[in-house]
Amino acid sequence: MIMELPTRRSLHIWNRNYEVFKKFLVTSILPYFAEPLLFIMALGYGLGLFVGEIGGMSYAQFLAPGILSSSAMFAASYECTYSTFVRMNFQKTFDAILSTPVMVEDIVFGEMLWGATKSLISGACIFAVIFLLGLARPESALIILPTILLLGLMFASLSMLFTSIVPTIDSFNYYFTLMVSPMFLLSGVFFPTDSLPGLVRQLAWLLPLTHAVNIIRPAATGHYSWTFATDGSWMVAVTIICMTISTFLMKKRLIQ
Amino acid sequence: MVKEYNGLTAVDNVDFTIERKECFGFLGPNGAGKSTIMKMIYCRSPITRGDIQVNGFSVKLDPRKIKAMIGVATQDDNLDRDLTVWENLYVYASYFDLQRSTSIRQIAKLLSFFDLTDKADMPVDELSGGMRRKLIVARALINNPDLLILDEPTTGLDPQARRQIWDTVIDLKSKGKTIILTTHYMDEAQELCDRIAVMLGGRILESGSPSDLIERVVGTSVCEMYTPSKEEASSIRDKVGGSVEQFGSRLYIYGNDAEVLREKCEAATGQRHNVRETSLEDVFLRLTRRRLK
Repeated sequence: MIMELPTRRSLHIWNRNYEVFKKFLVTSILPYFAEPLLFIMALGYGLGLFVGEIGGMSYAQFLAPGILSSSAMFAASYECTYSTFVRMNFQKTFDAILSTPVMVEDIVFGEMLWGATKSLISGACIFAVIFLLGLARPESALIILPTILLLGLMFASLSMLFTSIVPTIDSFNYYFTLMVSPMFLLSGVFFPTDSLPGLVRQLAWLLPLTHAVNIIRPAATGHYSWTFATDGSWMVAVTIICMTISTFLMKKRLIQ
Repeated sequence: MVKEYNGLTAVDNVDFTIERKECFGFLGPNGAGKSTIMKMIYCRSPITRGDIQVNGFSVKLDPRKIKAMIGVATQDDNLDRDLTVWENLYVYASYFDLQRSTSIRQIAKLLSFFDLTDKADMPVDELSGGMRRKLIVARALINNPDLLILDEPTTGLDPQARRQIWDTVIDLKSKGKTIILTTHYMDEAQELCDRIAVMLGGRILESGSPSDLIERVVGTSVCEMYTPSKEEASSIRDKVGGSVEQFGSRLYIYGNDAEVLREKCEAATGQRHNVRETSLEDVFLRLTRRRLK
């Protein structure tokens, strides 16, 4: 099977999803604010009273960038699993698209771009909120938003990998309980990964979300570092690997 | 060309040429391999062995070029349910890299041609079956293709909607489009196609114009009769001789002169019989019968 690089036609896929999204703009965007806000309020300020400080930060300060990262992860993951699967399997959208000059490579990358866009929308909304709460410095957006975009692409590519192999829509439960939830809990969103026991700490380092949190949390409080480049490269590598595999598998699934 | 799926041969050494501006039909029952051939022509499904040339381009080497110059109305309803009628056409046009102004003009033209102008802002889920099918054909024309592929364009439609689609196809043909269609309806093939390939089990059994096929395979007239027993059937067959076929307890006696045929049958059975003109259905029955033997 010959694989090509995706072309600019990926943008047509992005555009198709955007056309649908903008119809329900207000209803689609509200959840992006609601849930993360709940977490920051209830855990950050509520539970935070009992936690005290972590590394000189209030718990709300510590938690907010973590919630921002995990929400962006969820945004791309939901989009590129359930939503992509519905388009592919139930609505036969890809079937129609594949009788036009748009190829599977374009579809996979276009869906990924859209998933990453959802992450970016979610990330931008939450950033605005935590900035208003005084939990992030304004110029940190220059680091945080591009990181969110990369995080979005990374989780979009990982989700596409699952979408290309799952037999039914229910199978995504495995992805969420075995991949997404552990990352939500163990990637340093709620507590520093240093506090985990040895082996688990090493495993946590392997989780893609950990690297996004490694950049976003210090950036939010104005602590910029060259280690961001290492974490960023790690994320780029994961994205490229997952995207290549998922394109291959998606081609196998769609072209018979 | 040959197409194999998981060790099964869906299309078995098929070879055909379709002329420009002709309406060519693949006629056959479900599972004959018609849709698979269509999918290979519009580069949706790769060929196992062999090749197809579309306008001089190979489906193996230039799928993007081929897809850009043909229009496809698939058998499945794969309209974009998240979008309205107008948006369906607009988004689909973007897949062909059409300029915004070009596609807006083309959409207006297509909506009026297909009588869908007042449905433009309706979500596609609210359209009737016939209108959805029309929209699928309209969508296939968005890039103004020379070649239009219609995979079972009227399956599941009511008689009125079927005829509307037929009229559209005839109109498109008169405008110089090349049309390839698949169908399992004999009347549809006879009504629309200049030439037909009759398919069964992944093979083309015969091809030619409907009248040519009728003449070659069965002749212009047929006397169809019900025979209660095997013995009687074989005794009648012996008496009439010539071109005869038997399906279950029915005998089909073919001939070119209706009057001669009727006399021959009445003489053989001692009963009155009706002789009717043959149709593609008789061709199809006889060809598939031969094949099963």
